[in-house]
Amino acid sequence: MTIRSTTTDPRAAVLLADAHALGLTEISSIDVADLVFVAGGSDRIELESLLVDPLLQTGDWTVPTTAAIETTLLPGVTDASAQAVHLAAETIGSPVSAVATGTRYEVHGAVDALTMSVLAKRLLANPVIERWSLGSIEPSFIDAEATADSGVELVDIEDLDDDALEALNRERGLSLDLAELHAIAAHFRSIGRHPTDVELETLAQTWSEHCAHKTFRARITADDGQAIAPLLQQLHAATDAIAAPFLRSAFVGNAGIISFSPGTTIALKAETHNHPSAIEPFGGSNTGVGGVIRDVMGAAHRPIAVTDILCFGPTDLAAADLPDGVLHPRLIEAGVVAGVADYGNKIGLPTVAGAVLYDPGYIANPLVYCGCIGIADETPPTSGPHAGDLVVVLGGRTGRDGLRGATFSSATMDATTGDVAGASVQIGDPITEKLLIDVLREAGGMFTAITDCGAGGLSSAIGEMAEAVGADVDLALAPLKYPGLRPWEIWLSEAQERMVVAVAESEWLRLHELCARHGVEATALGSFTGDGVLHVRHGDVTVLQLDTHFLHDGRPQREMHAVLPSPNRNVGEPPECNDVATTLLALLSHPNIASKESVIRRYDHEILGSTVVRPLIGSHRDGHADGVVIADPADTHGMAIGIGVNPWYGELDPERMAHAVVDEAIRNVVAVGADPANVALLDNFSWGDPRRPSTLGDLAAAVRGCCEASVAHGAPFVSGKDSLNNEYLGTDGTRHSVPPTLVITAVAHVPDVSVVVTPDLKRAGDVVVQVGTTACEFGGSHFAKVHGQAFEATVPAPDPDAPMRYRRLHQALRSGRVVACHDLSEGGLAVALSEMAIAGRLGLSIDTLPGPDPISALFSESSARFVCEIAPGDVDWLVEQLGEPVTVLGTVSAEPTVALPEMRPVALHALITAFGVGS
Amino acid sequence: MSRPVALVLAAAGTNRDHDVAFALDLAGAESRIILLSDLIERPALLDGAQIVVIAGGFSYADALGAGRMFALQLEHRVGDVLQSFVASSRPVIGICNGFQVLTRMGLLPGALGHNESGHFQCQWVKLDAPISNCIWTTGISAIDCPIAHGEGRYTHPDPGALTAAGQVALRYGGVNPNGSADAIAGVCDPTGVVLGLMPHPENHVIARQFPGFTSGARGEIGLALFEQGVRYAKER
Repeated sequence: MTIRSTTTDPRAAVLLADAHALGLTEISSIDVADLVFVAGGSDRIELESLLVDPLLQTGDWTVPTTAAIETTLLPGVTDASAQAVHLAAETIGSPVSAVATGTRYEVHGAVDALTMSVLAKRLLANPVIERWSLGSIEPSFIDAEATADSGVELVDIEDLDDDALEALNRERGLSLDLAELHAIAAHFRSIGRHPTDVELETLAQTWSEHCAHKTFRARITADDGQAIAPLLQQLHAATDAIAAPFLRSAFVGNAGIISFSPGTTIALKAETHNHPSAIEPFGGSNTGVGGVIRDVMGAAHRPIAVTDILCFGPTDLAAADLPDGVLHPRLIEAGVVAGVADYGNKIGLPTVAGAVLYDPGYIANPLVYCGCIGIADETPPTSGPHAGDLVVVLGGRTGRDGLRGATFSSATMDATTGDVAGASVQIGDPITEKLLIDVLREAGGMFTAITDCGAGGLSSAIGEMAEAVGADVDLALAPLKYPGLRPWEIWLSEAQERMVVAVAESEWLRLHELCARHGVEATALGSFTGDGVLHVRHGDVTVLQLDTHFLHDGRPQREMHAVLPSPNRNVGEPPECNDVATTLLALLSHPNIASKESVIRRYDHEILGSTVVRPLIGSHRDGHADGVVIADPADTHGMAIGIGVNPWYGELDPERMAHAVVDEAIRNVVAVGADPANVALLDNFSWGDPRRPSTLGDLAAAVRGCCEASVAHGAPFVSGKDSLNNEYLGTDGTRHSVPPTLVITAVAHVPDVSVVVTPDLKRAGDVVVQVGTTACEFGGSHFAKVHGQAFEATVPAPDPDAPMRYRRLHQALRSGRVVACHDLSEGGLAVALSEMAIAGRLGLSIDTLPGPDPISALFSESSARFVCEIAPGDVDWLVEQLGEPVTVLGTVSAEPTVALPEMRPVALHALITAFGVGS
Repeated sequence: MSRPVALVLAAAGTNRDHDVAFALDLAGAESRIILLSDLIERPALLDGAQIVVIAGGFSYADALGAGRMFALQLEHRVGDVLQSFVASSRPVIGICNGFQVLTRMGLLPGALGHNESGHFQCQWVKLDAPISNCIWTTGISAIDCPIAHGEGRYTHPDPGALTAAGQVALRYGGVNPNGSADAIAGVCDPTGVVLGLMPHPENHVIARQFPGFTSGARGEIGLALFEQGVRYAKER
């Protein structure tokens, strides 16, 4: 059946704009219709009443003959609509035997077959999950007749020479290095047998960069011969040194755990889903959100908020500048944003904090960071698994989706990645995960251990849970989406929305009944044994039998070489700027500074009723907040979330960058009213290939900066993740690496949510003051980006006074006498003041600038600074509170103009237009 | 009757059930979140209830159109008891996805199509409550609350007739965010006891949930709507 909207389908306009952006301007319009294919005897009139709403749609069973592009999902890709048709047909008592869905695009204008195929390939059908045809497409009904395959292959690895090992490595996509392959060969020589394919794949996954963090655990030697402590060890040491009283658990399990109030704990985690988002943006970001939410569930916490930080290439990139095999940044952005929105909105969590960055360095490698925060009643940590507990998998079924995701994400991408890695990507199912949240909400006490199925699937989840006790599982018991999976595919599948729990036999019935009530599948696959051996069977056939000690500790520690960066830290002369107004407008309209409202409005940030400071604030709710604040509606306290990220500093001085972004994340939460004595941090590194010594040197410098800043602020890292190898090998042999991109997430306690502070100007007649000091620090600044001329500059230095300043500012904010507060970041003071004016729709008359010179004062990005709005009579009070001088910059005015020294006054509406919001 | 029992129906994908339960409790009801599967098993649960709420969310992932699968299940499994609940003049409210369900079931007129923008939108709106039959908006003139939906464009062949019949309970004041006919945000059945609306008054039941709170402003609180429903259930 072809289903059409009776009014203009809103998808049509979006598609037309995307087609024109691809240069296909000969297309005049695209009509969209939905296709449903049904097999099996059923009453067509009844079915039509299910599929078509006569007020909105028309339905037609005849196959259309006009020219069109039709798409349908590839076999094995989850088709939720088709599943719904099955359920609906059953409900009305006329079941169908097979259903598939698709989409039909009728293209108008002077289009030829070539245009049609470009349109299909570049816009309408993603070959990773869909196929297309010109004219009618045949549906992909899943072949339920395929037979199960319990085949296990033995791999002769013990006697291979280095060349053959490398060949095996490539052929199976193992992403291991030679030393690791040798260790595996030696192990199997010592036990006198060949590994099975299941064992080899399990080792590759467990030892992947993604799961084992080989670089962060490596022994590193610097170019001067000095040993650098393993990076992870440095971060742990910083957290240990701080010994924060609110810390419950750092760097173990799925998420960091803290507590800001008696009886309640908070779990926090951020992840990346970069490689999948590059080749299938919607599915990649969609499952990225789903995955990090499961991390929090796997830490036995109930998710309450989601964050996302997105890095794309310039969306106005010329088609000619796009490397082969790479999706256009505009399409990547549209898909990624839709994927984040789809998962967060449907699972029912507010997507509250985030950032969107644009840089040519992300053209081939977009970055997608997804974070999640959860809460739980403070209870003793789960004690298991115990010997005798059942191994139970909850949630979605296992399919061939997401195979080898862990190893895929640890490799460099090239023009063929999209074709060969298709199986690594999939579409999420937020409803199933929502049901899992509901089940776990009621399942307290029914399990002794829990973890999520992420990268590596059951292999990773059961492998990690069984590390201390061992387990015996039968893969033939795993519920499958469709038959025909080989044992290694079941074991390694990264099918989404699955959790593994350890369940005492006495609780199993209760848990099973609870799951049944919620419509969640729960299956016991075996039990934890206590013998320290991981034993995996398919029926009676042993497919894997590994010593858990070798699996988890048998990997040789990596030896790596680093060349540390030697950045320019000379404070140069302040740059020339002849036209301050034009520079300011250029900064406000720069994609990195301009309004992100069009993205933020796609996300539900209201659900749960807990959002107190929203990502969009001010009189017209279109200014950007520094941090956001969430609080349970029944509580008087809450937490703030802030983000720090700056790849442009990272390219010049990774150590100062790390310091600056830690400071920025903390500044953001302090500015909204959080207590700087109660801040926990997450680190997420996205980097290039660390086997290049300079890249590793940059990483080591950034980790050093993180540790210094963390200790200086007394804000411990509680969890983190590294995504390395964010590189793309072009067909011309050029390597494209991302700029060093460290995302810091700060989660902080807000002791009183009735005195939160936002950046929008509130009252004409108030004064605005700058807190903190400015130096001539333009390295990596956005002023340098829009200035167009190179000049000597340094990345902003850490300010040793920052921790004391934040503590004192916090006390001042708690009084309620500071009515607006904004942190200074990209674009410096001039941009910050403009943002405050735009958000409050009030003018500013600035007559005094701090040192060292007017251009630095306006545009330098020195760290640890804020602008505060206070009543004129409160200046002395604020100075006393802060214990340091402030600069009284000028006054808030009702006249819609912003006047700065060195600049002709600019009308507020000009600033608003540049920033890109409605008046 | 001290606290009328409000059943909050939740299907797979319902996600604002806890939000509306919080609002109902605050408004003086005793809320109980009931899974659709529980209701199908025990339709008599409705006998002990004075209010029925179909909460917001993405039931069945909006497959086949928002609210379609939830409506189908209700109609085919518990249609009779639900009809008699409505016939006994006990108040029913469907919010967002719940509104979509009620129109699909034919308990409310019209249909909800894709937003004019073609995508999901989350923003605060000001709602005007015109004089109507609706018992949920008695004495209420305006409500500030958010919308959060992708399929909220109200469609009806004759909105003028609906207005004349006193069935338009809520309209978007100012900006019409999704292209709804006659800026209609909520409609009731002819008797006024069944209300469906796209916006989320349950997300504005305490003062600090209002965005203007950070500037010291107070909005028209959504709690009032639930208080009216509870009052009606008590007095009925």
